[in-house]
Amino acid sequence: MDHSTLLQLLSRQFPEHIHILSPADGKQMPTIEIPREQIKPILNFLKSDPQISMSFLTDLCGVHFPDQAGKELSVVYHLHSFIHNLRLRIKVFCPIEEPTVPSVTDIYAAANWMERETYDFFGILFEGHPDLRRILNVDEMDYFPLRKEYPLEDSTRIDKDDRYFGRDGHEGVTFDKRVDRQ
Amino acid sequence: MESYFKSLDSIDGELATINLGPTHPATHGIFQNVLKMDSERIISAEPTIGYIHRAFEKLAEKRPFYQITPITDRLNYCSSPINNIGWHLTVEKLARIEVPKRVDYMRVIIMELARIADHLICNSVIGVDTGALTGFTYMFQERERIYEMYEEVCGARLTTNIGRIGGFERDFSPVFMAKLKAFLKEFPPRFEEFNSLLERNRIFMDRTIGAGPITAERALNYGFTGPNLRAAGVDYDVRVMSPYSSYEDFDFVIPVGVNGDTYDRFMVRQEEIRQSLAIIQAALDNLPQGLYHADVPSYFLPDKEDVYTQMEALIYHFKIVMGEVPIPVGEVYHCVEGGNGELGFYLISDGGRQPYRLHFRRPCFIYYQAYPEMIQGSLLSDAILTMSSMNVIAGELDA
Repeated sequence: MDHSTLLQLLSRQFPEHIHILSPADGKQMPTIEIPREQIKPILNFLKSDPQISMSFLTDLCGVHFPDQAGKELSVVYHLHSFIHNLRLRIKVFCPIEEPTVPSVTDIYAAANWMERETYDFFGILFEGHPDLRRILNVDEMDYFPLRKEYPLEDSTRIDKDDRYFGRDGHEGVTFDKRVDRQ
Repeated sequence: MESYFKSLDSIDGELATINLGPTHPATHGIFQNVLKMDSERIISAEPTIGYIHRAFEKLAEKRPFYQITPITDRLNYCSSPINNIGWHLTVEKLARIEVPKRVDYMRVIIMELARIADHLICNSVIGVDTGALTGFTYMFQERERIYEMYEEVCGARLTTNIGRIGGFERDFSPVFMAKLKAFLKEFPPRFEEFNSLLERNRIFMDRTIGAGPITAERALNYGFTGPNLRAAGVDYDVRVMSPYSSYEDFDFVIPVGVNGDTYDRFMVRQEEIRQSLAIIQAALDNLPQGLYHADVPSYFLPDKEDVYTQMEALIYHFKIVMGEVPIPVGEVYHCVEGGNGELGFYLISDGGRQPYRLHFRRPCFIYYQAYPEMIQGSLLSDAILTMSSMNVIAGELDA
């Protein structure tokens, strides 16, 4: 079993849903894109098919692509078959207005916290997750910090005004204005 | 007096809720667990994590590649060099940089030293949690020697920032070589002495055998990797399954356990230390001659001397430090066998000076979610042992 037979088997089983983004090349694992509602049947097939037996969910994480209209949020699954030592990357996309993806916790127990982490940082709602709460950030947080619209630095900071460093063009509150306000 | 005993009776059968952590001397780090207890038995546990979350994945999106190395230090800080080198290997995979064989072997030596330090801490702390403090104090002396070796290579001890993209910042010094050879000679007998304190110790065995077990099937489903998975009986090791940094050149044994309990985890780590010593010895004996870094001027900082005297070196120095080097577009996943298991880096590059997205696959984070299941029905003191034998490191857990 190698990567190309794996992709063939998958394409035969789900002929309409598998979209190969990049085939395996040397050291890199192949990447496929599937519709989000197909994630559970496909993962179930990959795990239970005795020929493939991808019994290990290595990683699950989110990515935000603000420029892709209708496909802003992505969930990336990394699967691993220990028997054949094959890896596979699966991508699922969803629009940011309706960020729902079926949960795979009943297939892989490891997905539980990984999905909570992805929800915590990207706001992707995993339907069917037993306990979808924030995990690393505080419960009171009302935004999803790894989305691209949140700049890394706190924009209300006033000690990093570019004008103090001889640079122009950055809108900021100067020291004088702060004094005036008080 | 009678009423007093009556009130004790009424407590019987009621569940008590206790808060283990966030800071508790027995948990070695900031872990909170809300436990429901029936006298001393744990009915259920609810872990809360994130107390030292530092938003590394967000931070990494604002830094040029070489500045992400110090972030990786702070994941599993018991074996920082493995994290550093894992990150360098990821960037090298993305940029398709081939490093000389000597660099591979040097990295193997450093990574195996880090693995020894990591496993030593974990195993000696299991001793502490069972009441045997002696081994811990002696093994900390040995860990100190490993830290001194890091110091010879990179100048730092705990958060090492060791190596560079493309190799090492300098070759191994004669002092390092002398220290390493002395370590390889003197450490094994001391380690075996430590081993003899615990391995067949009746008290230690009674405390650890059967404490916090997990089956191979559950461990796989929970995404266990590393020593914890091997203790459950699955011989998955990244160094063998997807060799990196010339691990295919080395001959070593993957120890596996049977029950996946605390004793098996302890024994697997003990044997891995011996295997690591053999790997270091083999790497040292066959250390190839050559340069200590790849010839990649766009990634590897030139010598300071050259920066002052040669124009090209000055240009490259400037480009690297300002983050102006060309980065290929693409995505890679690269994993190394960290102290706790498969440490993966999922990197998406859009060609900009910093990663578009960087995700750390932290083994601790993934296997710690099995903790409530593993301690259900066990004694509170076994729960402490289970946690320390899983080697949950707060930095890696919370990223």
